[in-house]
Amino acid sequence: MATNPMHQFEVYSIGPDISLGVLNLSFTNASLFMLVSAVIISFLLFLGAKKKSLVPSKIQLVTEMTYTFVAKMINDTTGNNAKVFFPFIFTLFMFVLFCNMIGMLPYSFTVTSHIIVTFTLAATIFIGVTVIGFLRHGIKYLELFVPKGVPIILLPLIVVIEIISYLSRPVSLSVRLFANMMAGHTMLKVFGGFVISLGLLGGWLPLGFSVALTGLEILVAFLQAYVFAILTCIYLNDALNLHH
Amino acid sequence: MKNFCFALCLALVLFFDINLASSAESGMPQLNTEFWTAQIFWLILIFSSLYLIIWKIFLPKITNNIENRKLRVINDLNETEKFKENAQKKLDEYNKIIEATKKEAKKIVENNKKKLEQDINNKKQKFNEVIENELIAVEKEIESLKKTSISNINKIAVEISSEIIKQILGTEVNKSNVSAIVGDVTKKEAQRL
Repeated sequence: MATNPMHQFEVYSIGPDISLGVLNLSFTNASLFMLVSAVIISFLLFLGAKKKSLVPSKIQLVTEMTYTFVAKMINDTTGNNAKVFFPFIFTLFMFVLFCNMIGMLPYSFTVTSHIIVTFTLAATIFIGVTVIGFLRHGIKYLELFVPKGVPIILLPLIVVIEIISYLSRPVSLSVRLFANMMAGHTMLKVFGGFVISLGLLGGWLPLGFSVALTGLEILVAFLQAYVFAILTCIYLNDALNLHH
Repeated sequence: MKNFCFALCLALVLFFDINLASSAESGMPQLNTEFWTAQIFWLILIFSSLYLIIWKIFLPKITNNIENRKLRVINDLNETEKFKENAQKKLDEYNKIIEATKKEAKKIVENNKKKLEQDINNKKQKFNEVIENELIAVEKEIESLKKTSISNINKIAVEISSEIIKQILGTEVNKSNVSAIVGDVTKKEAQRL
C-alpha cells in the first residue's frame, strides 16, 4: 500500500530532548539535514579554496563558478554598493540550494519544505532589509511607499497597496519556496505510490512520470534557490538605492 | 500547471488511498507547531555558523584566488605586450639599418660607376691625344722625309747624270746646269704625281 505522501515531511526528535524553559530545542531530523547541508557546503568550499593553482581543478572551478554566478547576480540587481552583503547572499543561496538538492535524495528530508524554516529565513531578510533601509536613508526610507509621478488622487490608494505589498514580501518569499518544495516532493511520492499500487502491469507509466518529475524537481530546486537569492537582492536594492 | 498537477494528485490520492483518512491526524506536518522553536533555533544556529565560516574563511580565500589569477593573467598579458613592442622596435630598427645599408651600397656603386666612367674618359682622351701627337709627328717626319728624299734624289740624280754624261761624252759638264735640268724634271714629275 502507498504510504501517506505527507509522511516524508514529518519532523521528529532524534537524540536527547533539549528544552529551554517552555521552548523545545530538540535536535530533529530537520536539524540533521540542515547540518548535513552546511557540512557539505563547507567541505566543497574547503576543497575549492584550498589550492592556489593558476589553472583551477574541477572542484575549484565549480566553486569559483558559483562564486562568480552569485557575484554577477548581486552586481546586476543591486549594483556595486552591495558587496558588503555578498557573503550573506552567497551563504543564503548555497544553503537553500543544498537543502533543496539534498532533499532530492531518496529517504532524505527536505529542510526547505517547512514553512517555518523558509519563513524564518524570509523574516530575517525582511527585518534586515528594513533596518538597512532606515539606517541608510532615515525616515526618508518611507518614500519607498510613495512612487514618483503618481497623481495626488490616487496616492492614498497607492500608498496602502505599496505598504501591503512590502509587508507581504516575507510571506510571498517563504511560501514560494516552501510550497514549491512541498508540492514537488508530494507529487513524487504520489507517483511513487502509484508505481507500487499499480504493480508490474501498469506501474511503468507512473514510473516514467516519476523519472521525469525527478528531473523537473532538480531544476526547481536550483531555480527556487536562485529565485530566493535574487529576490533578496532585489529587496536589498530597494533599501540601498531608494527610487532606483 | 504544476499546481494543477499537484491538486490532481492530491485528489487521486484521496480517492485511492484510504490510509490517508486513517492517518489524517497529522494533516500537514509543516503546521505542527511542536518542533517550530527547535527548527528556528537550529536553523539560526547552523545558518549563522555557516555564514560566519563562509564569510571569514572561504570567501576571502576564493576572492584571493580569483584576484590572483586575474592579476597574473593581466601581468602576463602586459608582459607579452611589452615583448611584442620590443620585437616590433627591433624589427623597425633592423629594417632601418637594412634600408640605410642599401642606400649606402647604391651610393658606392654609383660613385664607382662615375669614377670608372671618368677614368675611362680620361684614359680615352689621353690615348687620343697621344695618338694625335704621334700622328702629327709621323706626318711631320714623312713630310721632312719627303722633302729630304726629294733633295737627296736630286743630288744623286745630278751626280749620276753628270757621271753618265762624263762617260758618254768624256768631258766634264757644268754641274749647275745638270742640277737645273734635274730640278726641272723632278718638278714636272712631282706635279705629275
